[in-house]
Amino acid sequence: MEIGLGHYLTVSAIIFTLGVLGIFLNRKNVIIILMSIEMMLLAVNLNLVSFSVFLNDLVGQVFSMIILTVAAAEAAIGLAILVVYFRNRGSIRVEDINLMRG
Amino acid sequence: MIVQGIAFYVFAALLVASGVMVISARNPVHSVLYLVLAFFQAAGLCVLLGAEFIAMILVIVYVGAVAVLFLFVVMMLDINFRELRAGALQYLPIGGLIGLILLAELAAVLGGWIIAPAAEKAASAPMAAMSGATNTEQLGQLIYTHYVYLFQASGLVLLIAMIGAIVLTLRQREGVRKQNVGSQLARRREDVVAIRKVPTGEGV
Repeated sequence: MEIGLGHYLTVSAIIFTLGVLGIFLNRKNVIIILMSIEMMLLAVNLNLVSFSVFLNDLVGQVFSMIILTVAAAEAAIGLAILVVYFRNRGSIRVEDINLMRG
Repeated sequence: MIVQGIAFYVFAALLVASGVMVISARNPVHSVLYLVLAFFQAAGLCVLLGAEFIAMILVIVYVGAVAVLFLFVVMMLDINFRELRAGALQYLPIGGLIGLILLAELAAVLGGWIIAPAAEKAASAPMAAMSGATNTEQLGQLIYTHYVYLFQASGLVLLIAMIGAIVLTLRQREGVRKQNVGSQLARRREDVVAIRKVPTGEGV
């Protein structure tokens, strides 16, 4: 059978939903939350690449590279914040992060 | 065509399975490793689509940099992960509900999807015009001409991220003895050596 646009879009929709579900399930663990965000960005990338291929337009792949850049920057900054937070508090519990709230 | 179908289903099934394992593994190190597996499967899907450059970038950036960064952080921080997992199932009903709603909405959108006949002509960078070049060459022709500002902007984003990560994690610690090369080189003989004439038989 022919593998069409719908197949790829279905896979990326499932991956995106798994990312959302991961944020809900691991509310206390920031590392897993960051990984879930990476998975959601991966799903977006798959969407862009498959639309780019099936619409014969290369711009989607350029956008996909930009999203990849932003994802890498986000992971670096997020993990740096996490390391600083762990150094100050000795834990990475998300519930304690609102202690700076006025 | 059959081979392509089989490859797609293998990649897609492994991608979904490793995605499930990422959010459900007990040990975060296993989560990171499953994330690496998921990125490899996504790269396989991109190769299948004919986007070789994006596939290789996925492997290099995600597996080579981001996943290793995650692995470093997970292993460096001394965290009791069992405590963090406690009460995870408490959010399963609401999370599952929202996930199902989201999936249903996405399925509804995707089920009704048709490509408009005019969309082919509206493409701003049609691949057919650049046929004969490989995918990487086509992308290079695009990002170094029409999208050069976007390319530069993404370089700036990476620079800011690097500066931010360094500024956040750099710290000066008190009471650490380090070699100070400048002061070592600035030492002069007159400052540190004194010659005393000691008279014989009287002591210092």
